[in-house]
Amino acid sequence: MSIQEIKNQEITSSQGADSAIEMITIIVDGFEVSVPKGTLVIRAAEKLGIQIPRFCDHPLLDPVGACRQCLVDIEINGRKFPKPQASCTIPVEPGMVVNTQLTSPVAEKAQKGVMELLLINHPLDCPVCDKGGECPLQNQAMSNGGGESRYEGVKRTFEKPINISSQVLLDRERCILCARCTRFSEQIAGDPFITLNERGALQQVGIYEKEPFQSYFSGNTVQICPVGALTGASYRFRARPFDLVSTPSACEHCASGCDMRVDVRRGKTLRRLAGDDSTVNEEWSCDKGRWAFKYEHRDRLTSPLIRNESGELVEASWPEALAHAAHGLSINRAAVLVGGRSTIEDAYGYSKFARIALNTNDIDFRSRTSSDEERNFLAALLLGKSVTYLDIDKADQVILLGFEPEEESPIIFLRIFKQVRKRGLKVSALAPFTSRGNEKLKATVIKNVGNEVEDISKFALTNRSVILVGERLAEVSGALTAALKLAEQSGAKLAWIPRRAGERGALEAGAIGNLLPGARQVADPKARQDIERAWGSGPLPTQTGLSTDQILDALHKGEIEALLVGGVDPGDISASAIDGLRKAFVVSLEIRNSAMSEVADVVLPVAAVVEKSGSFLDWQGRARKFEAAVTNSLHRSDVRILSILADEIGRPINLGTVEKAAKELASFGDGSSDQKSALASLSADQAKIKEPGKNQAILTSWRLLLDNGSLQEHEPNLAGTAHPCVAVISDDRANRLGVVDGDLIKISNSNGEIILPLQIGDIDPRAIWIPRNSENSRPLLALKSATHSLVSVVKA
Amino acid sequence: MNNESNSNELEPLNRAERESHEVIDNGPSGFASQLKGFWVTFRTMFKKVNTVQYPEVKEATAPRFHGRHQLNRHPDGLEKCIGCELCAWACPADAIYVEGADNSEGERFSPGERYGKVYQINYLRCVFCGLCIEACPTRALTMTNEYELADDQRQKLIFEKEDLLAPLRAGMLLPPHPMYPDADDQTYYRGEVPGASPLQENIAEPNK
Ligand code: SF4
Ligand code: SF4
Ligand code: SF4
Ligand code: SF4
Ligand code: FES
Repeated sequence: MSIQEIKNQEITSSQGADSAIEMITIIVDGFEVSVPKGTLVIRAAEKLGIQIPRFCDHPLLDPVGACRQCLVDIEINGRKFPKPQASCTIPVEPGMVVNTQLTSPVAEKAQKGVMELLLINHPLDCPVCDKGGECPLQNQAMSNGGGESRYEGVKRTFEKPINISSQVLLDRERCILCARCTRFSEQIAGDPFITLNERGALQQVGIYEKEPFQSYFSGNTVQICPVGALTGASYRFRARPFDLVSTPSACEHCASGCDMRVDVRRGKTLRRLAGDDSTVNEEWSCDKGRWAFKYEHRDRLTSPLIRNESGELVEASWPEALAHAAHGLSINRAAVLVGGRSTIEDAYGYSKFARIALNTNDIDFRSRTSSDEERNFLAALLLGKSVTYLDIDKADQVILLGFEPEEESPIIFLRIFKQVRKRGLKVSALAPFTSRGNEKLKATVIKNVGNEVEDISKFALTNRSVILVGERLAEVSGALTAALKLAEQSGAKLAWIPRRAGERGALEAGAIGNLLPGARQVADPKARQDIERAWGSGPLPTQTGLSTDQILDALHKGEIEALLVGGVDPGDISASAIDGLRKAFVVSLEIRNSAMSEVADVVLPVAAVVEKSGSFLDWQGRARKFEAAVTNSLHRSDVRILSILADEIGRPINLGTVEKAAKELASFGDGSSDQKSALASLSADQAKIKEPGKNQAILTSWRLLLDNGSLQEHEPNLAGTAHPCVAVISDDRANRLGVVDGDLIKISNSNGEIILPLQIGDIDPRAIWIPRNSENSRPLLALKSATHSLVSVVKA
Repeated sequence: MNNESNSNELEPLNRAERESHEVIDNGPSGFASQLKGFWVTFRTMFKKVNTVQYPEVKEATAPRFHGRHQLNRHPDGLEKCIGCELCAWACPADAIYVEGADNSEGERFSPGERYGKVYQINYLRCVFCGLCIEACPTRALTMTNEYELADDQRQKLIFEKEDLLAPLRAGMLLPPHPMYPDADDQTYYRGEVPGASPLQENIAEPNK
């Protein structure tokens, strides 16, 4: 525990070193140490490698001094404190002399006494406790406790365990009341879902009974609880630390880019913990990243499949499947759809495969609602300097456009929340309604669905402001252009935040019709020559490629007859996507049985993230590299399989390994020289939406963090803390319809209907908001539209 | 490094050379001395025999002999093992594999929250040191005197939980079944549960 914390502290303290910082020198156990003013004694001691035992202290939480385990003897300029002091709450002062348990018998005795008291009510649970073997209480009782207990009474007992949520269990007997969990929930997550109740021996952690526990970050409390009081339901009793092989990894669930640690037992992931990267996720992760991994071993494809004459998918050998796929792709005009979840190396494989093996630029990684404007915006964006988490830390204002951080990139939410709490960072959002996340960020919400473009130009920003643009902004025509203009005029920093982990990487790998690897324009002959030379290939296709929607259109019309897809759910693109796919010869690279298997002619199984190496580019453009955690898997990364497939076609791409792909891609560097053309082709007109009539509303939606996403399947505990699936309407509308919170309403158009319980919210009165991909709410499939269209809303 | 290993190899040879001395061969010994030698053999034929005709005849082992392991039960049949893996942790040969799991109200195998769902001992690895039974906090794991652990397939020498569990004795019920009425895990550990009660049996029926 503490080595990690020490490292972290060092990084955080060095970050603050912009202005001249006053250093203070103190003496700890006879050694001198200089630390910045304001440093806590416990940290100063860490700097010398002296470890003071502790439970409640955590470098990312405000000090409380709750556990009293860190008592040391302190003397300032010769005047001694009468009693040992908690070193985790006292900042250093000039002339301070500290004696820890190593040199002061008084401090040692005090610590032993505290430990004995802590253990009085602590149950003898180690054999059944998940923390056993990696427990700070076990460890520190050994290193800093007395050997024997003098207590002979009866220990306090509580009912074991109680559910704090469907995924976190609380065993109150084991709690040592360090308040790490409650401080986390209040200070970091902003969801005060647990608190300390009662006083004295009966003091215990409890839940707010009236408020449902729906934090997306509760898993962190399990990780920081210094005892086994908080445990995760899905890891309960599954393993001991010595069974697990831990591998540093990266999260595949979103573009926040969390550092992760994967713990594997016998080739199976049993848990994931947040890694420690102070420039990205600090020490936190969201619950999806922590607990959504069962997809790795459920419904996996184990062998290639081929559709036989009678139309059934049957198992086939690799040579047979590859030959069949190669044949189908080479005799037809083919395009490529790359899911947004591929690693940058895999995306590069698809990009090179399309250009060389298929001789086309018809490739797109955006398997979602997208636009041409977005494609140009993305090409133009690569010009700008990259924006990072540190820019959020320093910003004077953050603007959220088409972006709901808590749902779509939770670590960005935590980062903004931290600044809001610390220094009242000003946050404004352009959104249909004031969501719970917006409330927590105290954001000024501009609710004006249908006039976004106009509103964007009204923001007054400085060059220290940060504009965060979500991928959903592409759904409003003209809005991306307006955002880019706003950034140019004000000098504010602009960042584009896709929802999926692989999109930023795919963009830079050129898995899109208008860009080649290294952000080179397809239209630029010089850029093409660069790439041709590097690849040693013949001339590359010169025409800008089709986008996702255009490819699907061409499939419908029969202009494109073959398609290579990598981890795409057609339901994410549009309701009719699957029909187009049915007509074509589809080769699908997939890890599991999916909707794609329904239409695919050849299915080639590929490795999941735990089984391969690679890297994701997070929204900052920072590479999150990871190695295979399960090393003996027989599955291979997409890029390897594409390379074999290209050989089979007879136009090799020579990317036999992930390392080779990474090296080759890195050698291109950034080729984004002249992007003026991309900028010029942007237009800033918003398509007008008709004013909604009586009983009509403008539909808006986004995806919740925990929803029907395919990587979250088979995780009932995780699903238990999803935000409720409700339709949000205004007070006015509710009155007009004569409904109250919780009543069912029907949202419909000519294509279908959705029935949901309603929630009255602070929403643009003309609009209605529903979740985009939850159990009873999949507007893209049911209504054939997810946003900015008119629907009728009536009582169900 | 190379030199070192060379000198190590040479060392025993040198010593043998130093210590060897000539053997003097005097030819076959005389008849009397041969007879003397055979007399020892002859005399032994009339002594009490120490070996037995295994496997027809089997001798009892010493009472604390380290033989095959056994997973014990509480008097009402619930398993004592809580799946804590302390035995696996203690094992110097990495012979034990345990996976714990949650007892639920509908399916209870042991008192308390946790039980051993998977329990395997690999007798190809076990050296019968007994460290595992010393580590077991619940006295679930003990060793029997059974020593006949040979087989013709490696597979068969990985014993599963069913192979290791103690047989059901009189008064025991086959888990899963609920705890003794009004008892909790503490009662069990204090040894206050006498045997299965008819109440448990009634509730246990549907689970069987
Ligand atoms: S539950 Fe854990 S983190 Fe929370 S107060 Fe108790 S010991 Fe501390
Ligand atoms: S915030 Fe994103 S990257 Fe981090 S753990 Fe959650 S899903 Fe993964
Ligand atoms: S007897 Fe020794 S070697 Fe055998 S399982 Fe127990 S601890 Fe391991
Ligand atoms: S046999 Fe004993 S030590 Fe081994 S898992 Fe069961 S209870 Fe724990
Ligand atoms: S660590 Fe200092 S009081 Fe808890």
